[in-house]
Amino acid sequence: MKHAIRAENVSKFYSVGMTATGSRNLTETLRHSAGNVYRKVKSLLNPGRVGDHGFWAVNDVSFEIQPGEAVGVIGRNGAGKSTLFKLLSRITEPTKGRIELRGRLGSLLEVGTGFHQELTGRENIYLSGSILGMTRREINSKFDAIVQFAEIDTFLDTPVKRYSSGMYVRLAFGVIAHLEPEILIVDEVLAVGDAPFQKRCIDRMTQLTQSGKTILFVSHNMQQIPRLCKRGIMMDRGKLMMQGTATEVVQAYMDRLLTDARAGDLHEKPRTGDGRARFVGLQLVDGEHRPLSVFTCGDDMRIRLTIDAKTNLADVGVMVVVQTLDGLRVVSGWTKEIEYPVDLVPGEQTLECHLKGVRIRPGQTIMFALRMELNGNGAILDQLDNVAVYDVVDDERHHHLSANPDQGAFVCDYEWRRISSQQ
Amino acid sequence: MPRWPGISEGVASVNGTMDVPAAIVPAPEELPLTVIEPRSGFSAADVQELWRYRELFYHLTLRELKLRYKQTILGVGWSLFQPLATVLVFVVFIGYMGKTAEGIDNYLLYVLLGVLPWNYFAQSVQNGGNSLIANERLVTKVFFPRLLLPLSNIGSATVDFLVALGLAALVMAVSGVSPGWSLLAVPLIVAMIFLTAVGFGVLFSALIVAQRDFRYLLQFGMQLWMFATPCIYLPVTTIGPTAQKILPLNPIYGLILAFRNCVLGLPWTAYEWYALGVSGTIGLLVLVVGLLYFRRVERTFADTI
Repeated sequence: MKHAIRAENVSKFYSVGMTATGSRNLTETLRHSAGNVYRKVKSLLNPGRVGDHGFWAVNDVSFEIQPGEAVGVIGRNGAGKSTLFKLLSRITEPTKGRIELRGRLGSLLEVGTGFHQELTGRENIYLSGSILGMTRREINSKFDAIVQFAEIDTFLDTPVKRYSSGMYVRLAFGVIAHLEPEILIVDEVLAVGDAPFQKRCIDRMTQLTQSGKTILFVSHNMQQIPRLCKRGIMMDRGKLMMQGTATEVVQAYMDRLLTDARAGDLHEKPRTGDGRARFVGLQLVDGEHRPLSVFTCGDDMRIRLTIDAKTNLADVGVMVVVQTLDGLRVVSGWTKEIEYPVDLVPGEQTLECHLKGVRIRPGQTIMFALRMELNGNGAILDQLDNVAVYDVVDDERHHHLSANPDQGAFVCDYEWRRISSQQ
Repeated sequence: MPRWPGISEGVASVNGTMDVPAAIVPAPEELPLTVIEPRSGFSAADVQELWRYRELFYHLTLRELKLRYKQTILGVGWSLFQPLATVLVFVVFIGYMGKTAEGIDNYLLYVLLGVLPWNYFAQSVQNGGNSLIANERLVTKVFFPRLLLPLSNIGSATVDFLVALGLAALVMAVSGVSPGWSLLAVPLIVAMIFLTAVGFGVLFSALIVAQRDFRYLLQFGMQLWMFATPCIYLPVTTIGPTAQKILPLNPIYGLILAFRNCVLGLPWTAYEWYALGVSGTIGLLVLVVGLLYFRRVERTFADTI
């Protein structure tokens, strides 16, 4: 059988705007801006050219997908998954390489593509359907099914801005669910909507693969991928790291993520910033300075940060953000916010951020994002995301709590009472 | 793993009844092959692809028309009211107070037939120029020929213009002006205005994506441009001979002149032919440049917008 998708050495380069360095006198500033204007005018003719300033968002990626396969694409944020999807769906063009697609491709990079708030449900079905590549005849023949699916028949001629968010998502998904391209690309669409909606999405995707459609699917939910997909592809920093069965790839990804981040050593982590000072270690400790391997819900969180500075740096702002595995930022500590002065001296030094009574839901896995900048001019010294993984566990205080992350990353004491009842 | 304990069973039964469109699996050999490769340099518009997306053009144009007059009482009446107000300003301040109207039979009609094509052109260029950034989400989230965005904006402006022409016909009927045979040439002139507007609209839409400066340039440039098109409200004879020679370099100048002449059946002198020739050539030149430039940078819109 002929392949449905074949990618050969596909690469995509993104150039990054140049940053100003240091202060200048007026002449230099003028000359610099003149040069900038010249470069910008030149870039009007040659946008997106490969230059010194930039990065390869997708780097030499090759793979083949057979018709009817469902493939999960896994990788951290910034691994190049979204860029790969944009290349496949022709939203942007590769810098190098070649992609062959056999059949019509539909891409779902968001729910409600092409929807307009001011238009009615009926108008939006036609507009969105045609933007997603359906012909008028196809929309006509599926119109009733879409309306029925979305359960909006009485609101068909109401502008969607008056819809409840549930109705809106149902209608948007109704259009999507009735698309029938041979290849379907789905990016994180399942991240929105409530649980029944997510279930519908999954059911529909299962049906599509069973009926011979090819599906590429990105999700951060590692339980979903093996259920939906037979094959998996793992990407990291633009490169294709691994191909295999979905279970294998998910397992490898989880192992990699955890071993990568578990070590408190930050020397080798990917980062941005000018590097005059760098975070080199992160460790959670308890009240007696003993290092912790897990975090207990409700405890104080003491985050020890080891910083290596190259020179004396005065008035530095340090921020540590606690985030969940799927990137939700839960809580943070920032020296500038509470006006805690930080001056760095050459060599290593350790700071501790003490967050009091942090109640992250047990069962969650947390990571940290770190940022260090000069308060004076905002120059970023060092910035890292997704480092140092800790599991959150419960003790007798929180035994009764569900570990379901859908119920929120944060917990607090709560109670219910009845306000009124009939009779 | 039931993600919502206690609720998931109900959900499952709801989904069990979900309507599943029948699957059609054609043999893979029949499926069209799309090849995605980096392009470089200039290339002509992909007419075949535009044709495939003609229904989307229709829907986008319809959307522009609907959106413009949603939640308004006058509705499409605004497309008449706007030019009427402009015409009245010209009639009062330039016609009667400025005494230019002397020697022109029906100055109101004269100005109306200048303002209508000008408004059409200005609206097309402005809406077309801003069409890409106004639809940023579409540009970054889904593929379709990008050219459809400026084109559909200009398409909807064309519909407005045709409605407004009905008004002009009414004014002519009321004031007893009958058009001559030259009326038959009007569609040709309108097509030239359309193509010139496409040229500028497409060019500016691509420039604005790269640098927002062009947006502001377009905004106030349009006002200056109107003053650089005196044929909207002034007869040619009131303009100096040098200006008469230079003005057709402004592509809309000669087209408006020709439009009015054709509608009213005014005599064609060598000057009108000269103006139409120069303006028409420049308009077509801009169209070619605009389309070529658009195609060249189109592939990076999603990255630079």
